[in-house]
Amino acid sequence: MKRRDTLKALSLTSLGLAVNPVEAAVPEPKPAVKLLPGRQKFEAERDLKLLAAEPFFTPAELQTVTLLSDIIIPADAKSGSASQAGVPAFIEFMMRDQPRNQTPMRGGLRWLNAKCVSRYGNPFAKCTKEQQIDMVEQIAYPGKKVPSDMTQGVAFFTYLRNFVLGGFYTSKMGIEDLGYVGNTPNQWDGVPEDVLKQYGLSYEEPKK
Amino acid sequence: MDLFQIKKAPTVYDAIVVGSGAGGGMAAYMLTKAGAKVLLLEAGGYFDPADPKYMTQLKWPYESPRRGASTTRSGGDFDAAWGGWEIEGEPYTSKPGADFFWFRSRMLGGRTNHWGRISMRFGPDDFRRGSLSGVGDDWPIGYEDMKPFYDRVDKLIGVFGSVENLHNEPDGHFLPPPKPRLHELMLKKAATGIGIPVIPSRLSILTQPINKERGQCFYCRQCNRGCSAYADFSSSSVLCIPAMKTGNLTLQNNAMVREVLTDAKTGLATGVSYVDTISMQEMSVYGKTIILGASTCESARLLLNSKSSRFPNGLANSSGVVGKYLNDSTGASRSGFVPALMDRKRYNEDGVGGMHVFTPWWLDNKKLDFPRGYHIEYGGGMGMPGYGFGGGIEALNGKIPGRDGKMKPAGGYGAGLKDDMRRFYGAYVSMSGRGEPIPLESNYCEIDPNAVDKYGIPTLRFHYKWSDAEIKQAKHMQDTFEQIIEAMGGMPMGNKPGKEQNYGLAAPGRIIHEVGTVRMGNDPAKSALNKFQQAHDVKNLFVVDAAPFVTQGDKNVTWTILAASMRTSEYLIDQVKRKNI
Repeated sequence: MKRRDTLKALSLTSLGLAVNPVEAAVPEPKPAVKLLPGRQKFEAERDLKLLAAEPFFTPAELQTVTLLSDIIIPADAKSGSASQAGVPAFIEFMMRDQPRNQTPMRGGLRWLNAKCVSRYGNPFAKCTKEQQIDMVEQIAYPGKKVPSDMTQGVAFFTYLRNFVLGGFYTSKMGIEDLGYVGNTPNQWDGVPEDVLKQYGLSYEEPKK
Repeated sequence: MDLFQIKKAPTVYDAIVVGSGAGGGMAAYMLTKAGAKVLLLEAGGYFDPADPKYMTQLKWPYESPRRGASTTRSGGDFDAAWGGWEIEGEPYTSKPGADFFWFRSRMLGGRTNHWGRISMRFGPDDFRRGSLSGVGDDWPIGYEDMKPFYDRVDKLIGVFGSVENLHNEPDGHFLPPPKPRLHELMLKKAATGIGIPVIPSRLSILTQPINKERGQCFYCRQCNRGCSAYADFSSSSVLCIPAMKTGNLTLQNNAMVREVLTDAKTGLATGVSYVDTISMQEMSVYGKTIILGASTCESARLLLNSKSSRFPNGLANSSGVVGKYLNDSTGASRSGFVPALMDRKRYNEDGVGGMHVFTPWWLDNKKLDFPRGYHIEYGGGMGMPGYGFGGGIEALNGKIPGRDGKMKPAGGYGAGLKDDMRRFYGAYVSMSGRGEPIPLESNYCEIDPNAVDKYGIPTLRFHYKWSDAEIKQAKHMQDTFEQIIEAMGGMPMGNKPGKEQNYGLAAPGRIIHEVGTVRMGNDPAKSALNKFQQAHDVKNLFVVDAAPFVTQGDKNVTWTILAASMRTSEYLIDQVKRKNI
């Protein structure tokens, strides 16, 4: 709000509604980018800048992230894979949005490639499918005892798994896979009768 | 070079209200309805949850590029709280080892836009814990003083609940409560079986319409995003916007108040000065009465920053008590996994924006090793996935037999992991204790002698340490949570926090229930305000947020802020009529 308008608004004692929320409003987004409503000015500016920024991942890194994502969440009879749900793009955005992720992610991918080169003679993406799974098997189980040269890989895979799960299950595909059917106006009238019966529960108060 | 020029507004308002949350919003509503010309100053921007421009209600996680992560706002992209634990250019400090976390919302309606809508009255005992227990202080008023105002707030704003006839959980004028969800029925059965009561929650959500201006809840569980139907209480939709419609309210957004102005001769408050946060222009505005509802810590900060030759310790502070007795709710949490809920049938169980049942304090502190009680809030069910969903699966899926009955290693990948996610969805419960602390003089905020915010306003420095009373209470919470989870056949998740972690007791401020920094009392040597929240030292100065509260009970304080602000507003109207102010 311009200073002159502020003063004008101040004197409009009978028209409080005339004081408009100009500052809090989101600037008109550029056509291709749809921002969430309710963004504060600094948030809207930041979102637009991040969305337009150069990618963090190199093409090779993105390829590896995509391969790993689809190993973690493959397509099955019920739903598609992580990459089909847009998970790599989500991870890419989070690298820009929260730069503290950049070192563990880039470093973890480097660790993985170095390990694959020493074990199989190729970086992860160039390994055979069998080699890739063999590598993943070494680092996918944080409860298992692993050789001391594998612990960083276990930590990386756990970190990546959490990213992939978070990305997949907040996508339209993942939400449908889980079977979440809310986020829509409705009338809550309690647990369905058949479910109450299944659990031996009731809305009747037991007699005291 | 720019001249640092202060613009003076010509109008003298009947009242200037600082802050548009529960307390300030109620004062603005009451006074404008009574015909007073009121200027309402809000440090943040305008917000109307019904305006699509601001609406995050019913949006999906994938409509945010970060899936709602909390990168730029503490509650995440969808949460209706502009601000949070950190605000750029508005720092605060803590003494080493005495951390305090301060959540601020800069927007019309303040923190009432995203709050939990838990709306409990204080009980008769909550006003006199000092004399009942020998520890702490009593309020200068009792339940009988507040009851008529609680009744009116119930009817004006709306709250659901059930009549229980419990001595210290007074019943109100309740709308019907929503039926419990599945996990809540299980929690209720398990907890009551071991002697812990579970009753319908009391939330200010309209399960039935109460007037033509506001709609009815449509059960999306998203009150924290602001309700486009105005079916829950937020000060923006329920108090400030109706106050504007009276034609008596002038709302000034983006007004960061610097200090309360006083007349050196009369000692009365004459107005406030503020910074327009957009233009950075310094403004002075004038009113016959000044009402602070800036929040517990901001109101204390304002008074401490309002120093003059007549008030060298800050305004309303001849007692020296302003800033002291800062106290937040205690908080500790635990979650559990309930195998019986695996592979559950899917249906929409969003319900209202919060728990449908809770546990009020049920024990006698005289028989325990800590002096104050707590209540338990419950969570769980088939909620909408958000950022971080599925994180930490490796801590669980190695402990649950697969469909073939065999255990498998934790973590993993592939089709088996995907199946785990489906099986485990909606099979978790969580519980959080929210308890009453002992307010201590040694827990306080003060003006940091070395720091200012970007407006040049001196900032707060906090000193806050939990005492044994709160730590022992947290231990009791943890033991209770474990008993309830086990009684429902669940597995407590993670490690039980022990002594070295203060039993999971949240750091001071984290529960966002801070009160007490401008306490009321009958003795002007020991309190800043009288029993009408009127400054002992300055009769046309009032505080209507939670700063005046002597204690906070084991209740959430918003309903008491509303009732007390309504009471103060009526007192002010009466005093003006009698020409005492």
